[in-house]
Amino acid sequence: MIANTKRIRETAKRLLREDIVDAVLGFKQGTVPMMCQPVLVTRPEDVDVLHWDSFCGVNLANYLSKRKDRIAVVAKGCDARNIVVHTLENQIKRDQLFIMGVPCKGMVDPRKVRLALKEREPLEVTEDGDKIVVKGEGFETSLNKADLLQDNCAICIHRNPVIYDELMGEPVPEQEGIDRYADERKLEAMSADERSRHFQDLVATCIRCYACRDACPLCYCPTCFVDESRPQWLGKSIDPTDTLTFHLLRAFHCAGRCTDCGACERACPMDIKVRQFTKKLEKDVLELYDYEAGMTEETRPPLDVYQPDDPGDFIE
Amino acid sequence: MDNPYLPYPVRIEEITIETEDRNIKSFRVVFLNPEDEERFSYRPGQFAELSVAGTGECPIGIASSPTESGYLLFTVNKAGLVTSQLHNMQEGDVMGVRGPLGNYYPLDEMEGKNVVLIGGGFAFTTLRSTLVYMLAPENRDRFEEISVVYGARDEGMLLYKSELAAWLLRSDIQLHITVDCSDDPFCQYHIGFVPGITEQKITSAENSVAIICGPPIMIKFTQPILEKVGFLPEDIIMSLENRMKCGIGMCGRCNVGADYVCKEGPILTLAKLNTLPKEY
Amino acid sequence: MHMLKIEKKDFSDFLNRLKDSYRLYGPVRKDDIVDFVPIEGVSDIDLSFQNSRLSPKSLFLPQSERMFEYGLDCAGDDAHILKEASKDYSPRAVIGIRPCDAKALELVDANFDTPEFRDPWWVKARETTTLVGLGCTSPCSTCFCTTVGGGPFDDAGLDVLLTEINDAFLARVLTAKGEKLIKDANTFEPAEEELVQKATAIEQEAGGKIVSKVDTSRLAEIDTLALHGADFWEDVQFACINCGICTYLCPTCWCFDIQDETHGRVGCRMRNWDSCMFPLFTLHASGHNPRGQKIQRVRQRFMHKLKYYVDTYKMGVACVGCGRCVQHCPVNIDIRQVCRLMNEYRTEVS
Repeated sequence: MIANTKRIRETAKRLLREDIVDAVLGFKQGTVPMMCQPVLVTRPEDVDVLHWDSFCGVNLANYLSKRKDRIAVVAKGCDARNIVVHTLENQIKRDQLFIMGVPCKGMVDPRKVRLALKEREPLEVTEDGDKIVVKGEGFETSLNKADLLQDNCAICIHRNPVIYDELMGEPVPEQEGIDRYADERKLEAMSADERSRHFQDLVATCIRCYACRDACPLCYCPTCFVDESRPQWLGKSIDPTDTLTFHLLRAFHCAGRCTDCGACERACPMDIKVRQFTKKLEKDVLELYDYEAGMTEETRPPLDVYQPDDPGDFIE
Repeated sequence: MDNPYLPYPVRIEEITIETEDRNIKSFRVVFLNPEDEERFSYRPGQFAELSVAGTGECPIGIASSPTESGYLLFTVNKAGLVTSQLHNMQEGDVMGVRGPLGNYYPLDEMEGKNVVLIGGGFAFTTLRSTLVYMLAPENRDRFEEISVVYGARDEGMLLYKSELAAWLLRSDIQLHITVDCSDDPFCQYHIGFVPGITEQKITSAENSVAIICGPPIMIKFTQPILEKVGFLPEDIIMSLENRMKCGIGMCGRCNVGADYVCKEGPILTLAKLNTLPKEY
Repeated sequence: MHMLKIEKKDFSDFLNRLKDSYRLYGPVRKDDIVDFVPIEGVSDIDLSFQNSRLSPKSLFLPQSERMFEYGLDCAGDDAHILKEASKDYSPRAVIGIRPCDAKALELVDANFDTPEFRDPWWVKARETTTLVGLGCTSPCSTCFCTTVGGGPFDDAGLDVLLTEINDAFLARVLTAKGEKLIKDANTFEPAEEELVQKATAIEQEAGGKIVSKVDTSRLAEIDTLALHGADFWEDVQFACINCGICTYLCPTCWCFDIQDETHGRVGCRMRNWDSCMFPLFTLHASGHNPRGQKIQRVRQRFMHKLKYYVDTYKMGVACVGCGRCVQHCPVNIDIRQVCRLMNEYRTEVS
């Protein structure tokens, strides 16, 4: 982590000094434990604010849409795939970007850290190899990072950026033998009624803050469907049907494009596991079209194009 | 407790299509309950939230003058959800009016002064209210000279055409009507933009107050002319617009700086406006 | 103000008696989240929390609230005429509200209860609710109530204030409403001097535990336009994703939207929470948007909380230091930092 930070700062300084980019998009250390804040650095003398650790879970591709400048961006495996999706969808041009790829061993989920601490408030959280060291009032404890990874990171098989201009660290071994869809198979095993109840319960506490949508790099529509008024597609109250409709529709809008970066789930203030919607569709796209989002700039997302031999038996 | 969100029920008595493109209609409405009319005591410059059950509300300046009793007049441009629904309504339909809301033109402080009214496009509505009020027999003597500059894109887009014709014949008001362009060789109006006609016709700021109401572009070019003639910022009065919902300064959305357009406005002097952030 | 006490073992009894004359609301834990909800069984109440995820403002300004009802069938006399939706304003008691959230309610009163207009639903909900607050013996590291006019045992806005001392609670009865509630419950005894002294010590210690501080001393005097045009907004706004988390979790945010929803031929006019962070918030029908850029929206929120509110109501900032936005902003935009930038702002002196 420290090595990554050093490399990121050095690279940023060089890129800015040599006028290769106008700005560097990275993270700075947060003002509270276990948080990092996205930051735009435009002057070489400011690069020491850049920071990297296992709490940089925000997907920086979210800030790239429709930018006009030359920009360097720090990108984990999932973020890099989102950059590919952005270039395919004309949100940014590849030649505007200098991708500082960071091979990632997974981001730590602050919620899991808090649960492990059982009500004790973490005041200082640092990393020591594969341990997370937490200090609080009257206690210090060391936890295994591997037990605390974000759900999406635990099953990630694309930890190395698929696209980059320079790597900010040594490539990491990809995880093998990972069952990526255990949770989704559980959902599929449910009856339609059970599934309906399951999803209704899942979003019962949703407050329609739209943080999941706003944290997602894919959601860049100038006017989101929830904001349309002529016609109005869904109500703005916390009516359960409207709320479920929002989540289902958003998931479908992300189908075939979602890289499971987990930014949505990380952002949710009500701890709702919103990835359950997108992950199922990711599984479907993989099985129906043998396609994973953002792996290559050569192929367009399957829901973007029509092939005569597209699976069609679900259309009666 | 009075519920400030509850509209008074009214019936649409008459709908007049004001403009050639049919996008602006005037609605004359009467209160279903006579006591509501008494409670709706308003002054020129104020607005009301027009409520259409099932669709929503929209804030519209009151075009009628308090001197016209028995009804309210609203002139509505078809722009969005509620205004489109209003335009689909018929005479006899029931809707709601909530108000009067906002502050009003400081006509009391304008007594004994020359009054200049400058309006553009369909922003002339509250100026109609002001003009009818000032021209009423019981009020006319309170004010000195009344000059009006009113401009629209073309003749078809002028509001209140029959009233304009009547006012042109009066000697106690200087009415200058202008259109941006015309293909009528017998056009009886000036041809030109409002700022230009203002520059020609309004030549003195002596003991005068100006009320200016119109699209931002018109205000942008007319304001310097008034300042050149000698109008002080405290004597240039403007009417702002903003997206509104509650209309009573509670839902938090229509603010410009610390002021809510629906409560501390919509009427603001230029002097006051200059102290606010330019977010309007 | 008199001092009473109740043993913790008698607390359930107190709550059960309250239920006879009040609808009870209190903090209930589900997984990691505590929120203020109606209480069925008094054992559901969990007072071992630092603060609730959502603020209790939803008890007075529900996220979705029916205002009026209407029918659109022209056959009826009442077609198209709005009628007030019926509500239950029977007495309520909220147990365990934190001092910051109670103070927040007073700050929001300034918006809904004005000389010109009174919001009937907010006002009635406030009038018929008695607040039994629980002071904070262990504030969070992100709490900064003491420097925004409050404190872990501040009594602003409360009717009764409880202090937890080992196996008992000390209760300060602060208002007539509080008196009535205590009388209705009839489970408190006078507190002995020793207990009062212990409580005072705990309260003072709690004040000292607040480590996070802001300085608001210059906010009132700085020129609005200068602050609005400051150069630091560009950096502040960069990370913001314009979601509604800060506004929805904030106990002093009150913005709402009004919508009509019709099903078939009947419907209701309702209000829903809205956020100045959403791009749609100020969009005109013409397409003009005074705050169409993110920087304008981010700036508006902080200017409102820390400047416009100060100037308009003269009650200090519209922030009670609860720390929810600091903890839950997904991109770590920190109001304490922004407050410092604003408070320290000086225009160039030529």
